[in-house]
Amino acid sequence: MDINMTLIGQTIAMIVFVWFCMKFIWPPILNALEERQQQIEEGLAAADKSQEKLVEAQAQADEIVNEARQQATGILDQAHARANEIVADGKDAGVKERERQLAAAKAEIEQEANKAREELRGQVSAIAIASAEKILKREIDDKAHDDILGKLAQEI
Amino acid sequence: MAAEGGHGPQTSGDYISHHLQNLQVCRDDTGQWVWNTCAGNPMAINVDSMFWSVLLGLVFCFMFWRVAKRSSAGKPTKFQAAVEIIVEFVDSSVKDTFHGTSRLIAPLGLTIFVWVFLMNLMDLVPVDWIPLASAAIGIPYMKVVPSTDVNITFGMSIAVFFLIIFYTIKNKGVTGFIGELTLHPIAPPTKGAGLIAAPFIIAFNFILESVALLAKPVSLSLRLFGNMFAGELIFILIALLGLWQLPLHFGWAVFHVLIVTLQAFIFMMLTIVYLSLASESH
Repeated sequence: MDINMTLIGQTIAMIVFVWFCMKFIWPPILNALEERQQQIEEGLAAADKSQEKLVEAQAQADEIVNEARQQATGILDQAHARANEIVADGKDAGVKERERQLAAAKAEIEQEANKAREELRGQVSAIAIASAEKILKREIDDKAHDDILGKLAQEI
Repeated sequence: MAAEGGHGPQTSGDYISHHLQNLQVCRDDTGQWVWNTCAGNPMAINVDSMFWSVLLGLVFCFMFWRVAKRSSAGKPTKFQAAVEIIVEFVDSSVKDTFHGTSRLIAPLGLTIFVWVFLMNLMDLVPVDWIPLASAAIGIPYMKVVPSTDVNITFGMSIAVFFLIIFYTIKNKGVTGFIGELTLHPIAPPTKGAGLIAAPFIIAFNFILESVALLAKPVSLSLRLFGNMFAGELIFILIALLGLWQLPLHFGWAVFHVLIVTLQAFIFMMLTIVYLSLASESH
């Protein structure tokens, strides 16, 4: 409890420690703190700015998507129209082809029928001649009655 | 007690006074260096107080210096963050109170706060550990809490006292300093019949203001000393209780953590307040 030289010793120790703290401890730590504060401040500002930019970009993206959607709708409509057109064209062509083929078939049938008729006519006339020949047998001159028989065949 | 030479005290009274005895060294009348027979010798040195005080000061310097050396604005390590919390706490305390610019006051506050805190913290080491360990290697006395030594607390408050005077003279001049001691709180009359009373008023002011000025370091050191000494004494008394000391010791230690921190904070804060008063004009 006595006051003695410890007091002076402690004062000296304190001066030394305070000097050391003032020289080597306080400035670097405080510098680092202030620097970090500034960095954080800048970081926050940058974050705000990028947030704004993000919103802007979002709006831009929305716009682009909308535009694309509109374009897509337009293209789809065009494609539909074109498809309808193609189908209609196809139908027309089909109908025409069918009619053409039908006409061709009809003509062919006509022709075949004519040919058959002709043939039939020839055969009928031959049969008629043969039968007439058989009926008449004796006195029929092929040549003299040929034109009468031809006329007859024509009439059948 | 001194005769026992640390061979283990017998009675409670011996036990307590043994714990409150500093390890002292001084020169006796013949010029020989002697240990522990220095009662009343103003040239004695309390070796244990000085040792622990300087050791803890070095611990503070080393810890903070290591952080300071590697501190950068990047991501701090956990220890760096802890140190920075303390530094920022002291810095904001200083900025709240002290409005001038001084490169000294904030580091001074930091040193006082951490150093006093560490010295007070030694109080939480169980009271017998270090004294018994020292006795085992032949050191008879070992008082481990430097702030329970009135020399230590006065040593610090006297440094603060001189800083107060230095700052007053630096910011207000010698005349300002003398004026502060003599012209407050009652302004002496400067003309008329009252002039006769002026010397008495000045003398009155001087007595009042000198006491106020001297009370600053005295109260600063005695507050810390008283708190820590009482706390230490209660730890010692609890240690006498046998098995009951365990819960009591725990309870008092928990409470003492508060005192340890609070006293360190008060010592720092009052230092800052005194110095800011010294450098501000009225």
